[in-house]
This record gives sequence, C-alpha cells and structure tokens, in this order.
Amino acid sequence: MIQTLKTAWNWIDDRTGVMALLGPPMKHHVPRSAKWWYVFGSCTLLFFTIQIVTGICLALVYAPSGDSAYNSLLYLDYVVPGGWMLRAIHAWSSNAMVFMMLVHMTQVFLHGAFKFPREMTWLFGVALMLTTLALAFTGQVMRWDSDAYWGVGIGASMMGRIPFIGGWLTHLILGGPIIGGDTLSRFFTLHVFVLPGAMLGLIGGHLMLVLRHGISEEPKKGGPGEFVDRETYRPAYEERMKKHGVPFFPDAAQRDMVFCGVMLIVLVVVAAWYGPIGPSPRPDPANILVNPRPDFPFLWIFAILALLTPTIEDYLIIVAAPILLMVLFLVPFLAGTGSRLPSARPIASLSVILLITGLLVLSWLGVTSPWSPHMSAWTSDAVPPVFVKGRTPIELQGAIVLQHSQCRNCHSLDGLGGKRGPELGDVATRLSRDQIIRQVQQGDGNMPAFGKNLSAAETDALAAFLHTCHPPGVLPADRPGARLKQLLEVDKARANN
Amino acid sequence: MSDSDQKITTDGKAKSSRRGFMFKIGAGLIGIGGLLIAAPVLGYIFAPAFTNWEKRRAWINLGDVKQFPVGETVLAVYKNPTFGPTAGETNELPCWVRRTSESAFQVFYINCAHLGCPVHWFAESKLFMCPCHGGVYYEDGSRASGPPPRGLYEYDWQVVSKKLYVYGGEIPNLQIPGKTPKDDITPLTVDGVGYLDGKAVKSS
Repeated sequence: MIQTLKTAWNWIDDRTGVMALLGPPMKHHVPRSAKWWYVFGSCTLLFFTIQIVTGICLALVYAPSGDSAYNSLLYLDYVVPGGWMLRAIHAWSSNAMVFMMLVHMTQVFLHGAFKFPREMTWLFGVALMLTTLALAFTGQVMRWDSDAYWGVGIGASMMGRIPFIGGWLTHLILGGPIIGGDTLSRFFTLHVFVLPGAMLGLIGGHLMLVLRHGISEEPKKGGPGEFVDRETYRPAYEERMKKHGVPFFPDAAQRDMVFCGVMLIVLVVVAAWYGPIGPSPRPDPANILVNPRPDFPFLWIFAILALLTPTIEDYLIIVAAPILLMVLFLVPFLAGTGSRLPSARPIASLSVILLITGLLVLSWLGVTSPWSPHMSAWTSDAVPPVFVKGRTPIELQGAIVLQHSQCRNCHSLDGLGGKRGPELGDVATRLSRDQIIRQVQQGDGNMPAFGKNLSAAETDALAAFLHTCHPPGVLPADRPGARLKQLLEVDKARANN
Repeated sequence: MSDSDQKITTDGKAKSSRRGFMFKIGAGLIGIGGLLIAAPVLGYIFAPAFTNWEKRRAWINLGDVKQFPVGETVLAVYKNPTFGPTAGETNELPCWVRRTSESAFQVFYINCAHLGCPVHWFAESKLFMCPCHGGVYYEDGSRASGPPPRGLYEYDWQVVSKKLYVYGGEIPNLQIPGKTPKDDITPLTVDGVGYLDGKAVKSS
C-alpha cells in the first residue's frame, strides 16, 4: 500500500516537478537561533488563510446589498447551520490577525531585522500592515449595522477636513452624496476583491524577499550578525548559513507549526466562547439612540479624536498621520546599518515602549470612553440616598434640577453617571456656592452655559444642593481661600495651646 | 551579384527592422487599446466624485407646519431623494426641526460637526449632545462645548402652502456644509409654480 502511494507520488512529482519548485524554498537554510521569536509572521499568515476560507464561506450567504445585508447577518446568526460559528471565527481571526501582525512587526523592529539588505521586506511589511487595517475597517462596514453606518459617517467627516478635495473624496468613498446601498457595495468590493488581491500579491512579494535575503539571526551581544555593515554583512551571512544554518523545513517550521496549532485552538475556543462581533442595532439613521463604537483595531483613533485639542485636530488628521506613515516606511533608510541589539538602540527601544503603552492606554480609553456623555444617565442613574439624607426642601429641589437638566449625563455622583465632567460628589470642596452658580450659568471649559435654560430659582436650588455635596468631615469651600483661612486658624489654635 | 548574396545581405536587416516596426505597432496598439479600456473603467470608478449631485437633490416635504409646535425642537424623518435601488433603511434620514416662531424654522442635520455621529436633543436642558466624543450644542445649533469646530449644519428650508420643505440629499461635512448657494438651488415646484424662500419665482 505504502509502496503504491510512493510510486504514485513519484509519478506526480516527476510529471509536475512540484518538489523541484517547492523543495528549495522549504529547505532553505535559516539561522539556528531563529526560534520562538520567529513564529509570529507565519501565524499572521495562518490567520489570513482562515480569513480567506471563512470569508468565502460567509459570502455564500451574506448579501452585499444595503437593503438586505443586515437581515442576511441575522439569517447567518440564527438560521444557517454553522453560520454563527463561522461569523465568530471570521471576526476573532480578524482581530487575531491584526494583533499577530503587530507582534510580528514589533519583533522585526526590535531585532533590527529591517536593516540592510532587508529594506524591501520591511516596505512590503508596512504595505501589508496598511492593507490588513484596511481589511479590518472595510470588514466592520460589512456588518452594515449602526456601528458600520456611523463609522462610515466618521470616515466621511474626516474626508471633509481635507481642504479643496475633501468634498470630492467624500463622494468618491460613499459612492454618492450620502451613505447608502452604493456605499456598502463599494466597501464590499474593496473587502472581498481589491484588498485580498493586494494582500496575496504583497504576501507573495514579502515571502519572496524573505527567501532572497534569508532570515536574520537573533541579535546577541557578540553573536553573529549583531552589527550590520553594507560591505561585509551579506557574504558573512551566506557563509554562516552554509556552515551553521538549518533547513527551514522541518527544523524551524516545527516551532511555527506548534505555535500556529496552539493559536488555532485558542482562536476556536475564543470564537465559540465570545461568539460573533455585532451586529449592533439596525443601520437606521433615524434610530439616534445609538452609541457608535469602532472595532478594536481602531479604538485608539477614536480615543485620540476625542482627547485632542480641537485646534490641532485637522493638522493631526491631514498632516501628522501621513508623516507618521512616511516615517514608518523610511525606518530602514533612516537606520539601515549598525547594531541590531535592542540595548544598543535606545531610541528604537524607547519608541516601541512608548508606542505600545500609548496604543494600550488609548485603546483602553476607547473602551471606557469617559468623554462620551451617558445619554440616559439623567433618568437611569438616581441620586444616591447619601446625597439626599437630611437635606432641606430647597436642597432636595436642587437634586431634582440636577437630574432634570441632564447634568448627570456628563457628571457622576459617587461614580454613577457620565464621566465627561468632574465628579460632583465632592464639588462643594472645590467650588464655593457663588462659584457653582457662576459655573452653571456661564459654563466654562468643556461645560455649556445653562444661564438661558435655568430660572433663577432653579439655579439657586441647584447651587444649594451642590453645596451640600462634600465628604463627611471635609469642609466645603465657602469663599475662595475660606478653607485655607480655617486651616490657618486651626494651626494658630494648636500653636497657642 | 547573385540572387542568393542579395538575400543574405538585405534579409537580416529587413528582418530586424521589420521586427522593431512590429514591436512599435504592437506597443502603440496596446497603448491605444489600454486607454480605450481605462477611460470607461476609471470614469466608472470615479464617477461619484464628479457627478453633479445638486441635480439629484430635491425639496422634501416634512409635512404640515402644525406638527412643529412653536418653541419646540422635534425629530422629523424623510426619504432621501438621492437614494439608489439598494439603500434600504439607510434611506430614512432624520433631522431636527426647531420652530422659533409662527413663520421661522431652523432645521438641523443629525450629524455632529465634529465627526458626523447622530446628535440627540434634550428638551429639558435645551442642548444637543453627541454620543461619540461629547460635542454639545445650544438650542440654536451653535457650538456649546466639546470638540466640534463649528455649530450644527443646517438645511435650507421654506414653507409653501403651510407645509415645511427642506433641501436634502447630502451628508454634510466641513467641505460640504449643508447649505447650498441660492443660485444652485432648484426651486420647489408646487402645482406648476416654482418657490424659493416661500415666495413664488419663475420656474426654470
């Protein structure tokens, strides 16, 4: 039996030449030191393959049409056997692909693997990163739910910030003057034809370059390839590979296989546990009780756009973003030679720490979005009992004004309510009664003025209530400096005793 | 000179020049053919950017003015006039209608001037709030606080025969700020009479 199979295989190999084609790339020599640090690229590729397979499956049922896309999603989730699971795998594999790509990129950057002669490999990698992010964004639009609708709207608004050609670009991207069926069709074409095609081409180029220049050694103090010099690096590397290199298959590939296997299992477990992402409410613009949020790869952008000073926002979108991208492309030309040790490249290592910390913090802020008003807090978050106990009627009336004027949408009491403005549970320790009235009537900083919307009696009651909001045992601020005076008097009394 | 000699001396040159000629013709034909194909393809892809959407925009009847009490701001939903065949529910566009007096209105786009999220009206505090990045506007649409660079975008409107009409069909952003230059607006036609600003004009 085995003999027959062997004969059959030999016949196929002889007539097709498949081993002559695939053998050399599979057997190409890689450094012995290429161990667990080197598995992330293969894993990213694995997730992309899963995206292709599950994407084709989803396309069997999904209807890329503005009037039926959402229903086809529900149909996939609740009726089509396995549709729920495939949507879950596609969504989580997308997240995993973005994540793994970033890990791979970080490793390549930290190990200085982008340096001579692998500049082009890095360029292809950056292009792959952009294509992956574009796939993630267009994929979010495929859900055609309220997040997708308003997400595209945010894109259109960003276009509007570009001078002269902004309006032109808006219509080009939307496929018309408004978000509609033509918009979804455009994004669908990008998501399933244009971007995956570009992806396949770029991956081909990336892998071809990996074969051409080989995999760089893990940089170690005094180790081989620690220092990159244009004259000597290439012959020395080739010499080392001939002498000490091991064939990619099976020596290095086995680690890739173990890691990819584990990640596959993790992916399926996560997908089965958490299920598909979305859909959020229907893409009905008339349903304004929505809370549009982007998917995980874009949460940090969502956060930046909320936290920036409005005056520099345009420059960030139009000027800084393209410059940052250019810098990313130029990395191998700015630092193409020299040491590859992370410890010998403080700027590189620090930028990685800074970027990762920044991305994590911004993404976390994106999840919690403390800048967003809680649209229903004024009716859903009651005033905690501790703030109404023992209050006078006018102070209680003030608590009602507080609720009824939607103050709680932005302000919390004892942590309950919006987080856009400062917590009011201890506002009396910070502002005197007069200052509270001024702040309410005139507004300041990020607070709108309520002068026209509240009567004098309402403002009075509100200030009376807020002036009772201080932790027990902490004195309220009466006049500017009043607290200081009290403390000084306490000190004086102590000194006299 | 014999026949065969002539053949040898001239043939080589003739062949190579003929090959060069063929190559040039081929490249030229491919170039012309490529342009002929590229023109409709690129035109098709970029058409939405160059289409004059003003022609497809229209006056939309929001209904009887009685629906909009003086001093209040209410949500109205209309059918977008520039829709395609597969728009589905995205075609139902909301707007905020504020009636300031018997004869005066303000009609606001739903989109926040910051990044286009849907703003929500709170009648008690008389504020529009945005759920995305926390932009806030006063009742007249002017910017109150938060990241928006300007006030809410407004529709052109007019009242004809006690009905409120708005000029819709476009999503606004900083480059497309909602209001249209008066010369570009197609007059509203009711019973064969054209109207602009509620006054009869010559229908063009």
